[in-house]
Amino acid sequence: MLPSLSVNTITSFFNAVSGRYRRILLALTLVFGSPALLADWALNMREGITEISRETYSLHMTIIWICVAIGVVVYGVLVYSLFAYRKSKGAVPAKFNHNTTAEIIWTFIPFVILIAMAIPSTRVLMKIYDTEDAVMDIQITGYQWRWQYKYLSDKGAPVVYFSNLATPAEQYENFAGKVSAEKGEHYLLEVDQPLVIPVNKKVRFLLTSADVIHAWWMPDFAIKKDAIPGFMNQAAVIAEKPGIYRGQCAELCGRMHGFMPIVVEVKEQADYDAWFAAKQAAAQAVADMTSKEFNREQLVEMGQTVYTTYCMACHQANGQGLPPTFPALAGSKVANGPIEGQLDVVLHGRKGTAMAAFGTQLSPVDIAAVITYERNSFGNKMGDMATPLQVYQLQQAK
Amino acid sequence: MATGHDDHHHGPAKGFTRWLYTTNHKDIGSMYLWFSFAMFLLGGSFALVIRAELFQPGLQFVDPNFFNQMTTMHGLVMVFGAVMPAFVGLANWMVPLMIGAPDMALPRMNNWSFWILPFAFAMMSSTLFMDGGGPNFGWTFYAPLSTTFAPKSVTFFIFAVHMMGASSIMGSINIIATIQNLRAPGMTYMKMPLFVWTWLITAYLLIAVMPVLAGVVTMMLFDIHFGTSFFSAAGGGDPVLFQHVFWFFGHPEVYIMILPAFGVVSEIIPTFSRKRLFGYDSMVYATSSIAFLSFIVWAHHMFTTGMPLAGELFFMYSTMLIAVPTGVKVFNWITTMFKGSISFETPMLFSIAFVVLFTMGGFTGLMLAIAPADFQYQDTYFVVAHFHYVLVPGAVFSIMAAAYYWLPKWTGNMYDESLGKLHFWLSFVGINVLFFPQHFLGLAGMPRRVPDYALQFANFNMISSIGAFLFGFSQLLFLFIVIKTVKGGKKATTQVWEGAEGLEWTVPSPAPYHTFSTPPPIK
Amino acid sequence: MSASPVHNSNIGNRKLIARLVLAVVAMFGFGFALVPIYDVFCKVTGLNGKTGGRVAYQATAADIDLTRTVIVQFTAMNNSNMSWAFHPMQNQIEVHPGELNEVRFYAKNPTAASMTGQAVPSVTPSLSASFLHKTECFCFTQQVLEAGQEIEMPVRFFVDKALPKDVHKMTLSYTLFDVTENFAGPPRLTAN
Repeated sequence: MLPSLSVNTITSFFNAVSGRYRRILLALTLVFGSPALLADWALNMREGITEISRETYSLHMTIIWICVAIGVVVYGVLVYSLFAYRKSKGAVPAKFNHNTTAEIIWTFIPFVILIAMAIPSTRVLMKIYDTEDAVMDIQITGYQWRWQYKYLSDKGAPVVYFSNLATPAEQYENFAGKVSAEKGEHYLLEVDQPLVIPVNKKVRFLLTSADVIHAWWMPDFAIKKDAIPGFMNQAAVIAEKPGIYRGQCAELCGRMHGFMPIVVEVKEQADYDAWFAAKQAAAQAVADMTSKEFNREQLVEMGQTVYTTYCMACHQANGQGLPPTFPALAGSKVANGPIEGQLDVVLHGRKGTAMAAFGTQLSPVDIAAVITYERNSFGNKMGDMATPLQVYQLQQAK
Repeated sequence: MATGHDDHHHGPAKGFTRWLYTTNHKDIGSMYLWFSFAMFLLGGSFALVIRAELFQPGLQFVDPNFFNQMTTMHGLVMVFGAVMPAFVGLANWMVPLMIGAPDMALPRMNNWSFWILPFAFAMMSSTLFMDGGGPNFGWTFYAPLSTTFAPKSVTFFIFAVHMMGASSIMGSINIIATIQNLRAPGMTYMKMPLFVWTWLITAYLLIAVMPVLAGVVTMMLFDIHFGTSFFSAAGGGDPVLFQHVFWFFGHPEVYIMILPAFGVVSEIIPTFSRKRLFGYDSMVYATSSIAFLSFIVWAHHMFTTGMPLAGELFFMYSTMLIAVPTGVKVFNWITTMFKGSISFETPMLFSIAFVVLFTMGGFTGLMLAIAPADFQYQDTYFVVAHFHYVLVPGAVFSIMAAAYYWLPKWTGNMYDESLGKLHFWLSFVGINVLFFPQHFLGLAGMPRRVPDYALQFANFNMISSIGAFLFGFSQLLFLFIVIKTVKGGKKATTQVWEGAEGLEWTVPSPAPYHTFSTPPPIK
Repeated sequence: MSASPVHNSNIGNRKLIARLVLAVVAMFGFGFALVPIYDVFCKVTGLNGKTGGRVAYQATAADIDLTRTVIVQFTAMNNSNMSWAFHPMQNQIEVHPGELNEVRFYAKNPTAASMTGQAVPSVTPSLSASFLHKTECFCFTQQVLEAGQEIEMPVRFFVDKALPKDVHKMTLSYTLFDVTENFAGPPRLTAN
């Protein structure tokens, strides 16, 4: 891999160029260069951090070298012919137009090469399909447009959470006239809560979807599997190196397909145990928050975060929506009507539309907060609020 | 279907209605070619919107949903509006001439086959302006994104696909009937030009799979409007079934788009090598093997759906196998040039580039066939690079080669050779700057069908976009060259090209409106 | 313009065209036939993780394989805008092949209107699906729940003794779909 363009390289290059051209070069660099300063020139697949990812990489390189060898021969004959048999150099065409021996040879040899390729390929594929005897199972569910991770346990409620894109919209919305923020190092590849797994342990992933087909791709594990609604797929990994690894959704799933990344943190067992305990405690804390008292300002502030993460993709930052598919919330009948109606829509979704039932996805605190935010923003001035307890009781009601 | 003596019209009718009512294969061929060129420029504009947005990280120009519409429409227009009609146009013009027939077997159906297309594409393009926008689910329109989650215009998309399919099916019936029944006496199957052979096989492929496409969009229609559950798990259906049925059509479809290209290149290379095509018989057998194998490889597009191991292995092996007959064809083209006497007119430049760059696409295709490696390539820019190499310097270059090759016969004028060569070199450089970096992007981890990307992908995206604009605008030069040639130029002889063989080179340039009213003698 | 070379081919044309049109119609039908073919293929092999329909089963002591156990894990989820609470009441059980077991799933309709749900099962690894037999399952029918109604739904199943020895754990997952508008009447038996 070539090193990225460093600031030093650029500076010394500039200094080497004489004054008049420097300005032109500067202009060109500013126009074309700024993302390049942070960008990469990676040419090849990565080896990854699992035995299977390394074997996949080896297979990939083997096939490439075989193709290169074939290419050298084939292109060699072609290029030679283009030079040696030019009419302009007086070449006289031969008369032959068949040669059975040659044809048999060049049918047979590729066939043998293919068999040689098929053997290691079969072996690696069989390894990939072995998902037995994992120490833990994590259900990964694709949603439009985020992943949900559910750590299945043999007893008690599972640890479950959504993993949302953490890059702020100000970084990626660069439309003319919009004030944009500079892009961070892990632009579009960062999330609020990553998937966490222990190192050197076999982890089984169960993959499915709650709406359309998505695909979970982690290049460092060489795992890519479709998440299909109504069906459960599986994959397994034994990660060999602690660290943070990034991937993306790999199946077109709608508007924000490019904005639902995957981040996996591989931790040493002790660190993983500590993280998991903290996660369980946090789930308990959220449950406890349900009975806590909040005022409207606090709910609006919390609600804005929830809105940005879960609602903005469709209803837009200014609440204008993208009608007719995603209605506006600004001035809408629901957000300006009885709060029970809005609770019903947010909790239970709207059948026949893209509005999901967030009651099964978000905590009572988050739901109360986002409803309060919506009723008091985008020009809506309802002045009222929903409480977490109210939401919780609605969900428990008979 | 000719009647006795039709003395009134020995030449074309006058006025606009000539084109509306014509049953002449040359007229209809020209209409298909002009239509496909217009669609090529339209589909190309959609691609330029895509590449403009991908020039730099961040969303600068379009909403992600509109970006998805551009991606979808680019694919649909190029596949169904540009490449396929262009090859049908070439078939219409050249097949009757090559076999010594006076016209296609079913001239009136021929007219209808063409005229369906402008209406189908007008309908499909109009969806971009409908409430909710046009199709935004990729040209492969997987369910349930294309059923439960589709915009309202999806019904028009389905009707447009039905219309395009009907056009293709009627065209194929016509081509098969023409080739099988209207060959001049003495032209046995193994004496037919290879372009005719590849079109015969392609037409059978179309007959076999276009109805399956019609079936799958009909199932979609039922799921969307009539409460069925073909592809919805809720009612006992399966989204993966969609993929099986679609790709059962889809894989033969990509061979439908390349076999006529093989035919074109097999005509041009012998001419400019001044040497007969090497291994004619095995070219026919190889083409037939490719066509047969194309039916049993479809699930290599579905390696990540969770098929059982046995299924993955079967499709991996069958896909790898296609490399054998394809390789045979490449070797035969090169051996035709070997020990020939080669000149480098524009058609030959495009054909040589075809051999080199299509083979590149073939190599990446072999890489993709390896199922475990495919888990890292699938749905990334590596796949985008692969199929664009086989389709653009593959199919599209062969269409351009054919245009340059046969324009003198169609118009009676030689095209401007210097301009032609300029168009070639601009396109060749443009295409490689555009698509070669995409291999690296895919390997580095960039998924496809995304309007924005992480920063490490910025450099190659920028380069790719520059190539796109270079390639795209170079096609305006091609438009200029074609129009200029139609209007005038150095007069073409009957033979046109020194090394050319075949019946089409025995009729005057331009070819008379009616040719081979009496069948020619075949040696 | 002489008519004869073309005239003879007219008859040949008609026959060929008739055959080709027939081929087109046949391939259209084939496309639709792929649907039941796929279904049958999956049922017979269990390849897409689908379990079969209801089976009758009386386990005697001899039918149970005491030499091995298999862990059967359960998960539940909602599709898209399905709003019911839905979860398994046991996360997993360890069973002997051949032994009949029962687990229950909790569901509740929290809305103010009657709704109909359809649970769709999927077993992974998919090759083990054909070895999981259910004698009773809430997924065999739609479930109608009135406003606020909650329910415990049983699944009774046994693992086939012929399950390959290298399978130690199976996961049975259910996805709950809202089918209120599709089925206005009483619950109907559905295919799995």
